[in-house]
Amino acid sequence: MVMDRKIRVIMAKLGLDIHWRGVYLVSQFLRDAGMEVIYLGNKFPEQIVEAAVEEDADVVGLSTLGGNHLTLGPKVVELLKEKGLENVRVFMGGVIPPKHIPVLKEKGIYEVYGPDTPMEVIINGIRESVQVN
Amino acid sequence: MEEIDRLIEKSLEGEKLATARLISMVERGDERASYILRKVYPHSGKAYYIGVTGPPGAGKSTLVDRLVKLFCVNDYSVGVIGVDPCSPFTGGALLGDRVRMNIKHKEWDVFFRSMSAGRVMGGLAKTTKEASRILDASGRKIIIIETVGVGQSELDIAQATDTVLVVLVPESGDSVQVMKAGLMEIADVFVVNKADRPGAENIALSIQGMLDRSLRKREWKPPIFLTSASLNKGLDQLYDGVWSHYRHLHHDCRLETRRKAQLKNELRQLIEAQFSEVIWRNIINNSKLEELVEDVWEQKIDPQTIARKIVREQLRDTFENNTVG
Ligand SMILES: Nc1nc2c(ncn2[C@@H]2O[C@H](COP(=O)(O)OP(=O)(O)OP(=O)(O)O)[C@@H](O)[C@H]2O)c(=O)[nH]1
Ligand SMILES: [Mg+2]
Repeated sequence: MVMDRKIRVIMAKLGLDIHWRGVYLVSQFLRDAGMEVIYLGNKFPEQIVEAAVEEDADVVGLSTLGGNHLTLGPKVVELLKEKGLENVRVFMGGVIPPKHIPVLKEKGIYEVYGPDTPMEVIINGIRESVQVN
Repeated sequence: MEEIDRLIEKSLEGEKLATARLISMVERGDERASYILRKVYPHSGKAYYIGVTGPPGAGKSTLVDRLVKLFCVNDYSVGVIGVDPCSPFTGGALLGDRVRMNIKHKEWDVFFRSMSAGRVMGGLAKTTKEASRILDASGRKIIIIETVGVGQSELDIAQATDTVLVVLVPESGDSVQVMKAGLMEIADVFVVNKADRPGAENIALSIQGMLDRSLRKREWKPPIFLTSASLNKGLDQLYDGVWSHYRHLHHDCRLETRRKAQLKNELRQLIEAQFSEVIWRNIINNSKLEELVEDVWEQKIDPQTIARKIVREQLRDTFENNTVG
């Protein structure tokens, strides 16, 4: 990929999770790493995927406080595929029980980051996922 | 058929993914950008372009969301471009206008695109214009462009749209007095949003006062609407007000006059941009420039004379080369 091609990332809180400010913080870090972050706030899978289409996103980042991640996360992957956007990688972050991580990856989530993941890991993870494309 | 032609064709048929891809290519100055713009241009010009500008946090996006809904209810397809500032250090951006979009895309025909002001090569007007032409050609009937009104961008938005909404809030009270003439001049419609807060009437009065004192003779008196976008109050009146400006534009060829004036500006800027590109690419480079600096430094020649000489000589060479080639 050419250097000046800015990575476009969609960032959303899944469903009705409202208390976690982490996603906004991560968004700011990604911006400072030179990415274009399209911040959605709270949205459901249909709206997230619409945004990915219209914004021509490279990556989708979802945050969750748990409860809904096993259904809503994979739903995003499925809808992206339906729209012909299987190249768009989906990342998840937040409070997710470790035993669910393999399940999510099985269902097409590219990477899952816990609340303590260092920012560099997330930034590099996103960069590398785009280069693979 | 070439891939790019297929993409253009799909976009013209209204396919969102194709449209999104085209906008990206144009936005990042892809080598196919001018081809895309050439193919798309004949299909554009049918939409009604609305600009929404005002200070940060005035409720522009919330207002746009409500207006979009009203347009949709009335069977218009809508395209929205939300422009946000970028970080001057990294070029990255946090684009947040979409947070307020609560329209159900399944029900309504909306295309929303976020843009970073940092990516606007050759000015905000140029990039938003190019992106909105792609949306226009893809069949969107209403195009709304939101920008934060700080500095140059509000003047640019007047260059790219038919009707400009300037959004203020009760807290803007004092700043109305010192409001840059620019913002007053470009407004076709004033909105005092957050009218649920105290002071809305006052600011409306001071805007009215400024309009009355302005010496410029106006064919159109910008109306002032009080709204509460988040409470969904005053939106119907604003919606009607926007359409009344549209009707005004359709008398006496005003729309044509406005758009031709914009085109004239656009052409001037494009010609200048291409000229300087040619000059910097073919005629003069940095090391040549440094040589000249030495000459000027030693006062062998003055800056004016050498600049004129360089341009004259090099343009002549370029023309001769072209005729030979
Ligand atoms: N009290 C009140 N708050 C409002 C109103 N309209 C919007 N807001 C709130 O104002 C805040 C900013 O709204 P936005 O629509 O994002 O404002 P904006 O002008 O698009 O902001 P930027 O794009 O960041 O410049 C949000 O918290 C809205 O809920 C209103 O009519 N009354
Ligand atoms: Mg906004």
